[in-house]
Amino acid sequence: MQYSQAFKAMLVRDLRIAFRQRAEIMLPVVFFVVVVSLFPLAISPDPKILQNIGPGVIWVSALLSVLMSLQGLFRADFHDGSMEQILLSPYPGPLLVLARIVAQWCVTGLPLIIISPLLGLLFHLETSAIKVLFISLLLGVPYLNMVGAIGVALTIGLRQAGALLSLLVLPLYVPVLIFGSNAVVSASNGLPSDGQLLWLAAMLILASTLSPFVINSALRVSCSFR
Amino acid sequence: MKRSVKGGLWLWLHKMASPAYFYDVAGRLIPWCVIITAILLLVGLIGGLVFAPADYQQGDGFRIIYVHVPSAWMSMFIYIVIAINSAIFLIWHIKLADIVARSSAVLGASFAFLALVTGSIWGKPMWGTWWIWDARLTSELLLLFLYLGYIGLRSAIDDRRVAGKAGAILALVGVANIPIIHYSVVWWNTLHQPASVSKFDDPSIHLSMLIPLLSMALAFKLFYLCIVLINSRSELLEQEKRNQWVKKLVAEL
Repeated sequence: MQYSQAFKAMLVRDLRIAFRQRAEIMLPVVFFVVVVSLFPLAISPDPKILQNIGPGVIWVSALLSVLMSLQGLFRADFHDGSMEQILLSPYPGPLLVLARIVAQWCVTGLPLIIISPLLGLLFHLETSAIKVLFISLLLGVPYLNMVGAIGVALTIGLRQAGALLSLLVLPLYVPVLIFGSNAVVSASNGLPSDGQLLWLAAMLILASTLSPFVINSALRVSCSFR
Repeated sequence: MKRSVKGGLWLWLHKMASPAYFYDVAGRLIPWCVIITAILLLVGLIGGLVFAPADYQQGDGFRIIYVHVPSAWMSMFIYIVIAINSAIFLIWHIKLADIVARSSAVLGASFAFLALVTGSIWGKPMWGTWWIWDARLTSELLLLFLYLGYIGLRSAIDDRRVAGKAGAILALVGVANIPIIHYSVVWWNTLHQPASVSKFDDPSIHLSMLIPLLSMALAFKLFYLCIVLINSRSELLEQEKRNQWVKKLVAEL
């Protein structure tokens, strides 16, 4: 089997498993929408205020929703022992890990990105800002998935893994949050936001080339003590 | 000639990596560190609190700089120490490096916390508020979070070796991210914050103020060295308690 075939096999397997539990797929998106729609209730329905806080609110909610969806990333495989098989297989671990993250992104990240323009409308963002919001999430959410997966791989199998995961990962999410929400803010002020989007793209490239290796070795460490 | 010097250095480093030798050398270094730390602290405190003139803008309030700035420097320095030791541990499997990283973490978090608290106390009379989302304060806060995550992860894993490896991976990921986090915060800050509030017009610092500051910074470094050596020695005893040299040491008591 070629490497590309191994990648594809892993991807197809994960997608198939995910689509057999449809309710679980929907949860992160629903969570995202619910959290976003709480803010106007808590702050104010005034369109001006909503326009100001909208980018930040949507970005923070997306970040939390990704964090929530990440917790199950390796859980089932870790408990039923397939994780050892994956790590012991003759194919490079980082490749298979990358396939898993891509599958996870398709299932939980992509719906969130697709629905984000609607949420932009709820916050009275202008069309140009919504377009930037969409692109910024498209570039930023995979980054959140990959960096978050490092935290998941380190905390898997621990007690209170969830709380620990957010403590490990949230400080690392700060740059994406800053560039992502700021891109939308400057777009809604009529300013160019290419700079921020390029930063997001650069960080995505960095994360997607390096993080699979880190996740692979973190998983090896985590699997070594059971 | 050159080669033998290099060989000697390598030999010395190899020796240092052996627990028994390190225990011995550290034990002999600690008293010296304590004495020099005390002298430098005294020089820094007297110089800073008595001899340094009051600042022309901030009056005596600026004197908190003698605690604030060295703590902030230390908090960054210790994270780098942890990262370097983590790399050494992951690459060469030298247990001592992990012990140094573990003993440093709480100290680094304390320095970050101290820098935040003193910064906030300093901010009250100068900015008129306890907290400003100033770039440096915000980065320091995020650094504290990174420390807390590192300590939390290590303490959540029972097995020492695994805790060491997981912590080392996290520390390396953290150190790769610190520059990105820092510069994104600086960039964010310049957009949101009118620079006039957070920046005093910075005159180059006068020598009578600088010397106590440097003395304090050095004192903090040596204080850290003392504590790390003491911590590492006790951690080492705990970890090597089944080894011959520890048993011999205990028998001699």
